[in-house]
Amino acid sequence: MFSARKISWPTVSFACLTTAVLLYAADFKLTLPPETARLKPAPGAELATAHCLLCHSADYISTQPRLSRAAWKASVEKMRQKYGAPIPADKIEPLLDYLVKNYGQDTAPTKPAKSK
Amino acid sequence: MLGSDAHRRNSLNRRRFLSTAAQCSLVGLLTREAWLAAAEETIELPFENGGRPLVQYPQKRALIRITARPPQLETPFSVFNESILTPNDAFFVRYHLAPSPPPPELLSPEKFRVQITGKVDKPLAFSVAELKSQFEPVEIVAVNQCSGNSRGFFQPRVPGGQMGHGAMGNARWRGVRLKDVLQNSGIAKGARQVTFNGLDTPMLPQIPDFIKALNIDLALDGETLLAYEMNGEELPWLNGYPLRLVVPGYFGTYWVKHLHDITVVDEMYDGYWMNPAYRVPDNACACVEPGTTPQKTVPITRLAVRSFITSLADGARLKAGRTVTVNGIAFDGGHGIQQVLFSDDAGRTWRETDLGQDLGKYSFRKWTIPFTPRSAGQLELKVKATNRIGQSQPMEPLWNPAGYMRNVVETVRVLAG
Repeated sequence: MFSARKISWPTVSFACLTTAVLLYAADFKLTLPPETARLKPAPGAELATAHCLLCHSADYISTQPRLSRAAWKASVEKMRQKYGAPIPADKIEPLLDYLVKNYGQDTAPTKPAKSK
Repeated sequence: MLGSDAHRRNSLNRRRFLSTAAQCSLVGLLTREAWLAAAEETIELPFENGGRPLVQYPQKRALIRITARPPQLETPFSVFNESILTPNDAFFVRYHLAPSPPPPELLSPEKFRVQITGKVDKPLAFSVAELKSQFEPVEIVAVNQCSGNSRGFFQPRVPGGQMGHGAMGNARWRGVRLKDVLQNSGIAKGARQVTFNGLDTPMLPQIPDFIKALNIDLALDGETLLAYEMNGEELPWLNGYPLRLVVPGYFGTYWVKHLHDITVVDEMYDGYWMNPAYRVPDNACACVEPGTTPQKTVPITRLAVRSFITSLADGARLKAGRTVTVNGIAFDGGHGIQQVLFSDDAGRTWRETDLGQDLGKYSFRKWTIPFTPRSAGQLELKVKATNRIGQSQPMEPLWNPAGYMRNVVETVRVLAG
């Protein structure tokens, strides 16, 4: 019924009290909760990290539907041309390879990001 | 804290702290697994890749996080069944630029000013207190809906914020008339538009600042507000504290938050967020053949007619032969709801619902209807609203490449048994 590793009541109480204190402090200071979504670790992830995550969080990519290569290309071009994203021309195709392989058509749906 | 009611908030925080501590003493009785599950709550929006975390932001209850930076938070749909006014702590959030929102230091009563400049006789700047003391306060109940609300349901899917139906909310907004403030500065001859800029700024200089424009006649219609309160409280930080534009009947993209610059111009403003962003096909349906590109586009403007069942969710179970009251909401772009029809047979036959209290032509309107499932089995429930000028909702979804203005007759599938 219970898991093998039991957590003692004082531990839980202490953790809870700490959490409550942190929540109190965080809300009072009006700080935003942390980003939790991460890009899929795969070849090319470093390109997406360097060129996409400067201006937006990873969930802008990971929550998209499975877009075609043409649609991902349109998104990357929009970021370069309309938002001035500093993506070098010779990095576009490798970046698209990563996006299409990991977030494009024929990839499995992504797991939801964890909230905490 | 942000405003003058820091003390009240402080005590609110203290209560929250005590309640968290109290809840925690209960958590101590739960298993480790249950505890971990509670800490990692997620929700599944009903489309492919629809998993989203529920995250609590300052002054907000746990909301569906679409994106973290810039923040996009969606209201869980069950909230729309709680009350006809959407609570401030559940109201959706959508920013365009990172970092957002602007830091509280820039928004304090001492620091914050809104300026009126451009083609006016007297350029002026006001604190929120000065707006309150120098102009007549007015209130209006109005729906703020994101242009891309329900984008996740588009078929074929389109890129953008992948939201369910919760990027909308209805609130009682209090502020001063934009018209009064503009006329006080004296509008110069030849004025054609007014532009609005908030204190959220882009992180790279080449990223276009979020500036929106309204035609001068809309700006002077007496209904567009500079709002400092929603639902009787100052605006939450994430909803534009201390001042935002409220454009009743228009999509949320125009409701500029942390509004600090109002400029009267003698041209049609053509910045990025008016062109090419936030545009729809230039035709009566604002739609094109799915998957195609429109020939010509125009800026998005008014909300299309929509209606929802809020008291039953997909998969709900009902007892055959037992009567329940079904209810929900309907709204449009400012003509007011005339009629809401209900169907329990996938749209073959319709019955008229009873409309609830009228909070004004820009508000959600509640509807109710008694419903008795006649026999066991799956049922497709639908509602269809019509406004006072006869505009209604299509039975098949309309499509445009940006995923804006969804207003198809929605379906809730329930099981009677």
